[in-house]
Amino acid sequence: MATVDIRPPDIVLRGRRVVGGVAEGEALVTRQTISGWGGINAMTGTVIENHHELKDISFAGKILVFPGAKGSSGWSGAFHTTRLTGKAPLGMLYTVTTTKAALGAVVMRVPTLTDFDRNPIDLIATGDRVRIDADAGEVLIWKADTK
Amino acid sequence: MVRLSDDERAMLDGRDGAAVARAMDLLVRYAEALGAEGFVYTNNVAGVPGSSPQWVKDYYAADGGDYRAVFSRFDLDSDDVVDVPVIQGFACHLQGGMDPDQWREMGMSEAANANFRSDEAEVAAHGVQVLKTCTPYLAGNVPVMGEHCAWMESSAVVFANSVIGARTNCEGRESTSAAMLAKRIPNWGFHRPEGRRGHHSIRVDVPVDSIFEWGMLGYYTGWAVEDAIPVLEGRVAAPSLIKHKHFGAAAASSGGVEMYHMVGITPEAPTAEAAFGGARRGERFAYGAAERRRVYERLNSIGDSRDVDYVMLGCPHASIDQIAEIAALLEGRRVHENSALWVFTSRAVKATAMASGHVARIEAAGARVMTDTCSAISQAVPPGTRVAAFDSAKQAHYLPAMMGIEGWFGTTAECVDAACTGTWAGRLA
Repeated sequence: MATVDIRPPDIVLRGRRVVGGVAEGEALVTRQTISGWGGINAMTGTVIENHHELKDISFAGKILVFPGAKGSSGWSGAFHTTRLTGKAPLGMLYTVTTTKAALGAVVMRVPTLTDFDRNPIDLIATGDRVRIDADAGEVLIWKADTK
Repeated sequence: MVRLSDDERAMLDGRDGAAVARAMDLLVRYAEALGAEGFVYTNNVAGVPGSSPQWVKDYYAADGGDYRAVFSRFDLDSDDVVDVPVIQGFACHLQGGMDPDQWREMGMSEAANANFRSDEAEVAAHGVQVLKTCTPYLAGNVPVMGEHCAWMESSAVVFANSVIGARTNCEGRESTSAAMLAKRIPNWGFHRPEGRRGHHSIRVDVPVDSIFEWGMLGYYTGWAVEDAIPVLEGRVAAPSLIKHKHFGAAAASSGGVEMYHMVGITPEAPTAEAAFGGARRGERFAYGAAERRRVYERLNSIGDSRDVDYVMLGCPHASIDQIAEIAALLEGRRVHENSALWVFTSRAVKATAMASGHVARIEAAGARVMTDTCSAISQAVPPGTRVAAFDSAKQAHYLPAMMGIEGWFGTTAECVDAACTGTWAGRLA
């Protein structure tokens, strides 16, 4: 951690606060929207949707970077349940605001930002280290591939 | 910044009790998350207030592990447990976890059923109408054009917005439970005229007239526009309630469509200009023979074995005319010994279907008519199910992934044939 922290971030993004707080962790990035109910297994924190590029991959403890929510209105309830099972993401960055994603972020109580100055999906890769300071509206990104 | 009226401020400050204050607090956080500036009043809320499986109650054991604990902690996302008052407005409970009578056949335990009955008694005692369906508009909650609602259930939301012209976002469990108490919902998205204008065009080049074709077009539509508002024009014909029901459910599943316009068909689209709120904009898609085939192949890409051991109809919950059709298709036939046929609907529609003789005819063929739920919601299929068949693109989208089974998609008649022969013989005509 310390070795990462003393290195200045490779990229800094600005966005609008959805849910306040600070979170730092490894990014999990997808270009595909995610279904909540019926699209994830809340017990394991994994995506289960057939044909999804994150199928069988867990977002638990990750900074989830994705376009947004789709599918069932059970989105918030499914992601809220991951808070109970300890499989919630650490934080979220999404680019398209929907009621599903916004409410899901609120009840998961994880730091979340949207409405960015640049597209985080283009700039963040899975495995990058990301720090969200949602109160400051700031995302710090350390690329994993530029050691 | 969310602006509160004096009344809303008083609710937040506790004038109407702790539960209403917690509800307003959640709604304010939600409105901020959306970037909404205020609220609309709503007296039409559809959700699943306080209903939970036993493990969720156990999770809140330290808080009493009861309905009150779940409603406070989970539904209202409250930091403390509060008394939940009787709801004063019009609110209904959407689908639930099991059939109230045939739960054993669904594989539910005595304990799960006791939990289900206890939750239902609490829901009723709190003044929520027990509709227990994903199609409230077929069971006693039909909003009117322009009415602000707070509804869950993506297929009901897209129906309310598109077919009726009511105004609701795709709400979640927590926002609907809060709205039942505070009678407010963020003034965002579909509550605002500018949020209802079309984004993209879809030109329909092949005839789409049956429920099967409408469902496939819906699945394509969600694929094409994701969560945007499509404006469909062209060869869409013979609209009916059940066709809209299947179109919308499919579009909400493959994408996140919460409203669509069909020019000359839906109420806010007398013309393309009206649907777009001005000049046509966005991307232009075309649905032709190639797209139609691609949708069909995608929906049938998770089927391998043709030995169908389960056919599920009634997604979204079957209307009375669909149940009559199923009864007619089963006339003089029996469900195959290696297969099962379950038809899901609401209690209200089942009562009508019983009075009309349809349920007796369906049961005489060895099939079941179940209420409240569906296989996806309850995660219940007949024991040993490996291969299922559906006439709903939505169910074909969800259930195989959720249950780890194979699935086929076809017409209602093909599904009934599969149930009676034990073999899938569907094909794209």
